[in-house]
Amino acid sequence: MPNKPTAYRRPAPGTQPDYLFPPYASTVKRAPTQPLVVLPQTLTETSGPVFGRGEVKPGDADLTRQHRGDPIGERIIVSGQVLDENGRPVAGTLVEVWQANSAGRYPHRVDQHDAPMDPNFTGCGRALTDKDGRYRFVTIKPGEYPWRNHYNAWRPAHIHFSIFGPAFATRLVTQMYFPGDPLLERDPMYNCVPDEKARRRLISSFDWETTIPETALGYRFNIVLRGPEETPMENRR
Amino acid sequence: MSLHATTSQTVGPYLHIGMTWLVTENLASRNVPGERIAIEGRVLDGDGKPVNDASVEIWQADAKGKYGAKGFRGFGRSNTDAKGRFRFKTIKPGRVPGRDGTLQAPHIAVNIFMRGQLKQLVTRIYFPDEAANAGDPVLALVPAARRDTLIARRKGKALEWNVNLQGRDETVFFDL
Repeated sequence: MPNKPTAYRRPAPGTQPDYLFPPYASTVKRAPTQPLVVLPQTLTETSGPVFGRGEVKPGDADLTRQHRGDPIGERIIVSGQVLDENGRPVAGTLVEVWQANSAGRYPHRVDQHDAPMDPNFTGCGRALTDKDGRYRFVTIKPGEYPWRNHYNAWRPAHIHFSIFGPAFATRLVTQMYFPGDPLLERDPMYNCVPDEKARRRLISSFDWETTIPETALGYRFNIVLRGPEETPMENRR
Repeated sequence: MSLHATTSQTVGPYLHIGMTWLVTENLASRNVPGERIAIEGRVLDGDGKPVNDASVEIWQADAKGKYGAKGFRGFGRSNTDAKGRFRFKTIKPGRVPGRDGTLQAPHIAVNIFMRGQLKQLVTRIYFPDEAANAGDPVLALVPAARRDTLIARRKGKALEWNVNLQGRDETVFFDL
């Protein structure tokens, strides 16, 4: 039985963004300017909230069945596994997703993009991972959309993911992208970290195994949360 | 096996679509023992303008200093309004262990997400008139002149705790 973690690992260099990243203009007035205070992890940080089946229903993972009709767009299956850095599945953890509709429009007062709303698509879902850390959403492939970060700025198609994991310290919000999207190389958010492999891990892969014949293409997106520092088995040498 | 944690990305301006269902501004039902408190505050950017698209999440122990106790989850989420305001009604947490057999002063852990943050801000709320603050191992790591940014202030019956992202009173944020 794994020991209660005493601490979660620090990020590998280049794999997590800094707060200030001027190519993403909104960071300039929102990033801390004072040095962060390094926080030794205590029980506060190594424990975290638990969410249950009572609050998350199986239907919450199907974004195509939330209204009377079928949403417009290409139906897809987005599935994957939530693991920790030691490769262990993170079971029973809450995954929240949200996304634009197939035309690249959010049903949100702030979104004024001149693209059609879809009365049959809200773009909000959630799931609890199973015992193997797996989740699965049925949805519509989101559209790309313009934003005002810089001239002719367009966000690549993406799905927002919010994951809790076992501890306050494992909380993660990220975005999943789609393979072959030509907008990725120009997107400041995608390019917020120097490590190219870390960026590429934000891109889902087309997945033949979860593709349903005559119905929907499958995309796989595995998510890795911070893992506990391994307790040394013994003092070597 | 050794994997790298997935790169964090911003919640963006449309976080409300996915994160509103779990808004929890009242953490403690009536039968949860403890001193009732209300915490209110605003999130302000480097120009002092309200941040109207932030999600403030808190994590706390119960009145006895126990995390995840039966009947009290200890999780809260409040999305800021047009004036950058968030609010929680909860109970004052008890003291929880620090690292070396010490006890920490009562505190609430805070994760803040918003457009313009590529990863969450991590901070803490401490309580005013709390003798244990003087010996708290985490507060001791914070430069004395900035400690007050982590300590809520009494404002009528409520506690006020503001988040200044930048500026003279910039809130202390942690590298967790």
